[in-house]
Amino acid sequence: MLTRILTTAIFAGFITAFAAALLQFLLVQPLLLHSELFESGVMQHFGTSGAGTPAHTELPGFDPLRDGLSVLFTAVIYTGYAFLLVAGIALASEQGHEITPRRGILWGIAGFVAVQLAPAMGLPPELPGAAAADVAARQVWWFGTVALSALGLWLVAFGRSPVIWAVALLCLAVPHIIGAPEPDVFTGPVPPEIAAHFAARALGVGLASWSILGMLAGYFWNKEA
Amino acid sequence: MNTQAKVAVKSQARVGSNILAIAFAAFVGAGLIAIAGHVQATTLHDAAHDVRHATGFPCH
Repeated sequence: MLTRILTTAIFAGFITAFAAALLQFLLVQPLLLHSELFESGVMQHFGTSGAGTPAHTELPGFDPLRDGLSVLFTAVIYTGYAFLLVAGIALASEQGHEITPRRGILWGIAGFVAVQLAPAMGLPPELPGAAAADVAARQVWWFGTVALSALGLWLVAFGRSPVIWAVALLCLAVPHIIGAPEPDVFTGPVPPEIAAHFAARALGVGLASWSILGMLAGYFWNKEA
Repeated sequence: MNTQAKVAVKSQARVGSNILAIAFAAFVGAGLIAIAGHVQATTLHDAAHDVRHATGFPCH
C-alpha cells in the first residue's frame, strides 16, 4: 500500500507540476510582473493626471533563477497536493470504492474546491502589495477552511444519510460564517482590473491543474495495483 | 488458532498497516504544503514567492 501511494503521488504530482508551471508562466506570471511595477512604484495607478493608466507595458522577461525556483516549488506543492489526494483515494479504495482516471478527475475537482476555491472565497488570491490581515491569522483560517471543506466534501460524496449530509453542509459553511481575517484598511496600489484578472486566472489554472492531478492519480493508482 | 482466525488476524494487520500508510501520506502532503507554501522564513518565502501568490496561499 505504501509503495502504491508513494509511486502514484510522486508521478502524478511531478507530471502535473510541469503542466501547472507552464500554465502559470503563460497566464498568471505576466499579471504578477505587471502588478509588481505598481507595488515598486515604477507605475502609478491614475498617477497625478487622472487620465487612467496605460493597460499595456513592457514586462521583465524570463529570469532563470526566479522562474527556475518557481518550477521547483510548483513541483513541491503539487507533490504535496498529490500526497493528500492519494491518501484520500487510498482510504476510499480501502472502503471498496473503485478509482478510475475518469473518477480521478472528480477527485481532482473536489481537491481544487477544498484547497483553492473554498479558501479563495475568504482570502482571494492576492497580488503583491494587496492589503491583508496578519499572515498568521490568515494561515490559521486557511488551514481550517481546507480541512473543514475537505471533510464536508468527503461526507457529501460518501455519506449515506440526510444527517450526514447536514453535517457536510455545516462543515462547508462554517469557515464562511466565521469569515476570513480582513485588513483594517485597503492599501493595494494595483489597478482592480489586474487584481480581478489575476484572481480568476489563479483559480482557473488551479482547476485545470487539479483536474490533471486527479486524472493522473486515478491512472497511476490502477497501474500500480 | 484455526485457519479462519489466522486469516482474520492477518487481514486486520493489513488494514492496520494500510491505515498507517494513508496517515503517513497525508502527513507528508500537509508537511510539503506547509513548508513550500506557508513557512515565513525569508529565504523560503522569497524562493517560493511567485508560486505562493499563484496558488492563492496567504503570502505576506
